[in-house]
Amino acid sequence: MNHGTALLWKRRALSSLSATRRGLPKEKMTENGVMSRAKVLTIDTMNPTVKKVEYAVRGPIVQRAVELERELSEGMKKPFAEVIRANIGDAHAMGQQPITFFRQVLALCSYPELLSDNTFPEDAKSRACRILQSCGGNSLGAYSASQGIDSVRHDVARYIERRDGGVPCDPDDIYLTTGASDGIVTMLKLLVCGEGAGRTGVMISIPQYPLYSAALAELGAVQINYYLNEEKCWSLDISELQRALDEARRYCNPRALCIINPGNPTGQVQSRECIEDVIRFAAKERLFLMADEVYQDNVYADGCQFHSFKKVLFEMGPEYSETVELASFHSTSKCYMGECGFRGGYMEIINMDEEVKAQLTKLLSVRLCPPVPGQALMDLVVNPPRPGEPSYDSFIKERTATLSALAEKAKLTEQVLNTVQGISCNPVQGAMYSFPRITIPDKAINEATDQGQLPDMFYCMKMLEETGICLVPGSGFGQKDGTYHFRMTILPPRDKLKILLNKVKEFHQKFTQQYS
Amino acid sequence: MKQLEYAFMAKLAIHIKEQLRKGVKKPYKTIIDVSFGDPHKAGVKPLTFARQVIAACTYPKLMNSDKLPLDAKQRAQWLLDRCPGQSVGSYTATAGIPETVHKISAFITRRDGGAPSDPKNIFITAGSQWALMNILNVLVNKQASPRTGVLTPAPGHDKAVLSIVGMGGETIPYYLTEEQGWALQVEELQRALDSAQGVCKPVALYVINPGNPAGHVQSRKSIQEVIRFVSEKRLFLLADEVYQDCVQGENTEFVSYKRVLNEMGPPFSETVELASFHSVSKSVMGECGLRCGYVELVNVDPAVMKHIFTLFSKGSCSPVLGQIALDVMINPPQPGDPSYTLYNQETQHIRDMLIQNAKRVYEVVNSLPGLSCQPVDGGAFAFPRVFLPPKAIKKAKDLGMEPDTFYSVRLLEEAGVFVRPGCGYKQKKDTYHIRFCIMTPRDMMDELLGRLTSFHRKFMMDFA
Repeated sequence: MNHGTALLWKRRALSSLSATRRGLPKEKMTENGVMSRAKVLTIDTMNPTVKKVEYAVRGPIVQRAVELERELSEGMKKPFAEVIRANIGDAHAMGQQPITFFRQVLALCSYPELLSDNTFPEDAKSRACRILQSCGGNSLGAYSASQGIDSVRHDVARYIERRDGGVPCDPDDIYLTTGASDGIVTMLKLLVCGEGAGRTGVMISIPQYPLYSAALAELGAVQINYYLNEEKCWSLDISELQRALDEARRYCNPRALCIINPGNPTGQVQSRECIEDVIRFAAKERLFLMADEVYQDNVYADGCQFHSFKKVLFEMGPEYSETVELASFHSTSKCYMGECGFRGGYMEIINMDEEVKAQLTKLLSVRLCPPVPGQALMDLVVNPPRPGEPSYDSFIKERTATLSALAEKAKLTEQVLNTVQGISCNPVQGAMYSFPRITIPDKAINEATDQGQLPDMFYCMKMLEETGICLVPGSGFGQKDGTYHFRMTILPPRDKLKILLNKVKEFHQKFTQQYS
Repeated sequence: MKQLEYAFMAKLAIHIKEQLRKGVKKPYKTIIDVSFGDPHKAGVKPLTFARQVIAACTYPKLMNSDKLPLDAKQRAQWLLDRCPGQSVGSYTATAGIPETVHKISAFITRRDGGAPSDPKNIFITAGSQWALMNILNVLVNKQASPRTGVLTPAPGHDKAVLSIVGMGGETIPYYLTEEQGWALQVEELQRALDSAQGVCKPVALYVINPGNPAGHVQSRKSIQEVIRFVSEKRLFLLADEVYQDCVQGENTEFVSYKRVLNEMGPPFSETVELASFHSVSKSVMGECGLRCGYVELVNVDPAVMKHIFTLFSKGSCSPVLGQIALDVMINPPQPGDPSYTLYNQETQHIRDMLIQNAKRVYEVVNSLPGLSCQPVDGGAFAFPRVFLPPKAIKKAKDLGMEPDTFYSVRLLEEAGVFVRPGCGYKQKKDTYHIRFCIMTPRDMMDELLGRLTSFHRKFMMDFA
């Protein structure tokens, strides 16, 4: 076949292929000339925004921790006897006990034959009956309405009213969710739109909980960082919000402001004054406020108190309460319950446009409904045993014990870490984590860079390999350039935590010495 | 539009329930709600063993109780030992309890006549739709021009469609052939693909087998044809197989896409990219409210898998009680186990119920002039066709309603039967259908069919 004929043949062959076929990546020629088939879904053809998604809490360091656990279980010798997962806010994994009453009710709901069992208290039984009556077919296995079980939403509304000193709450504004994360991601989906310079920008604190950055990356939204003030105990300066916003306006359309209070990873509990300032700011700049309040019961420091955004908003009067658009989020995963595995949560939405609400309903319906056991659990959380009821005393005892243990551990953590030269830890006012700043010697920074690792990842990886303690490097949460941190939970039992903190101390001293 | 129609009917149903509660006289005492594929809501009981295990895991003091059989307690203990802190309140690994994931791969291999299954390619998720959304998220590029296209079945349930459109993709409907029992014809796949030229860039084909709302179960031959098609046209195959446990037709057998792919051998078995989905919602377990399912990925690029893992990880993990139900579903009590007899009895009862219901529906509906129903060989729904008289169609249009919505609304108001109109499922133009769940107790189905019969006769007379 001469060259001209070959070309003609090729042209004819190509023209008989569908446009689709012609547009797709060509089959790859291997070295010996045999056609090897390129996949449909590759790094190049996949949705590019997904490539930018990272979630440090379950990221590479955790994967390494899992490997080490496996190696340990296979008998490999290590400088430590166990891997401590101090990376994730999972209280039960660290030995915290569930609230007995909650588990009794949920067991009764799961297997109602137990209602005839006398070892269960009467109030647990009547709660279980009440919950089951609100489920289709009296079963936790039936779908609920996609906004969540009606009676649970009503109970949540009443809880919010009690919590907020009587500020009214409309059950229609309550949406039950699969953990708070589901609600947060759904709201962001609603808010993000536009192209180019008109693309939605969302303000988020640095440091932040990486669900936010992951969701924003996935949605192709613009992340607008505002820095919390480490020198002032991670407080929020309005001037910093203003700076971040003004700068962002040049290249995107800022529409929302996210705030985590009490903070994750920083643990700060914002003052009432600060919350008012943020509300005024959001009102002035016409931003949708997203208040992540999943740690609302985790407040430890003297002089600190949780103030809900909803309450403060309404107490600021109609000029704000009738205009500022607010979504606040809560969850069964944290506080004193620690029931992460149930994936329970809710969001309360204030002042949202009716048409947007219709879109929200549509979005939520795609995943059908939140897990019903999580909804049942949320019902118990917002509606716990009351004085006089059989389970009241033990409930209060358990809740108090858990919260005071956390408060003690928060203090202990701050104390021990601050005795270490090169580690400085702000008071853990609330939530479940310490986020100390660490000094990393230049030598270590260089070695890290040579290895293509961020310095604090390098530090944390070394700590993991040498002590078995798994932390998350500050780079996973965001931090000021040139500063390094790690996030460590305060969750292990007190005695174990003491040991851990001392190991961290030893490691840091050794590391600093090694790289001096 | 479909959302609004369902919302409207749901509100109407609530209103009627209120009226009944207040004692308003109606030709019926209760509403029969078969609008969702929700067996528990319809009165089907949960499987005892599964619930016993869940209860013991939730409240471990029950391990000392003589109220629970030994095997339920053992299973609960086994699962708790694999939950961090021995609590169902802890997060699990992103992809699910690792040992349960291994069991799923063993289940798949057993189901598929020995075809190997790698646990690393399996993710437990909060329901099959959640998994599908994550996979679609990787496939659909919002910024792409032309837009990413996914072939979707018509009729087909709207969840996947909503997800695809919500992500900035386009759906390319391919019509199932009603006259042939809702069979999937490859020529129609080709026609659909051709129609996408110049409109969007197809990257995937979504099949539902057994179908929803159409109750067909694909033959092995049909599955082979689809596999050849996606291979040739270079499409990612998304196989929604959540109804694999619901097979009612005589001489009908569910065979999985994975199995057929494996049987076809290379090059297909090594190149066709496949995601198959299952769920605890739709098996005889019917645990819709627990929200748990899994996806198995086959031949997916390892570099992409890393990103898929990250996507799943930001949702933390699936609800743990759902994972427990899944563990039981894919690894139920075996002969010799204390709970085996009861488990077998209960599951057989539900399967018999489905078979009987499918038969009854087929007989009764086909006996009524103006209604016709294809055999419900699989799945949880009947999707009969309603041949609406022109007068009824006109009345519907005057009211601003789709004709089958009009029929469904009348059926709800006059007979207290809550079905879904076919317009929500993308049917062929000028054809009308209704969808109702057949995973209901026998007596409820009999009652439903009785009411439908009276209503339909009257309706056809009124609009003759």
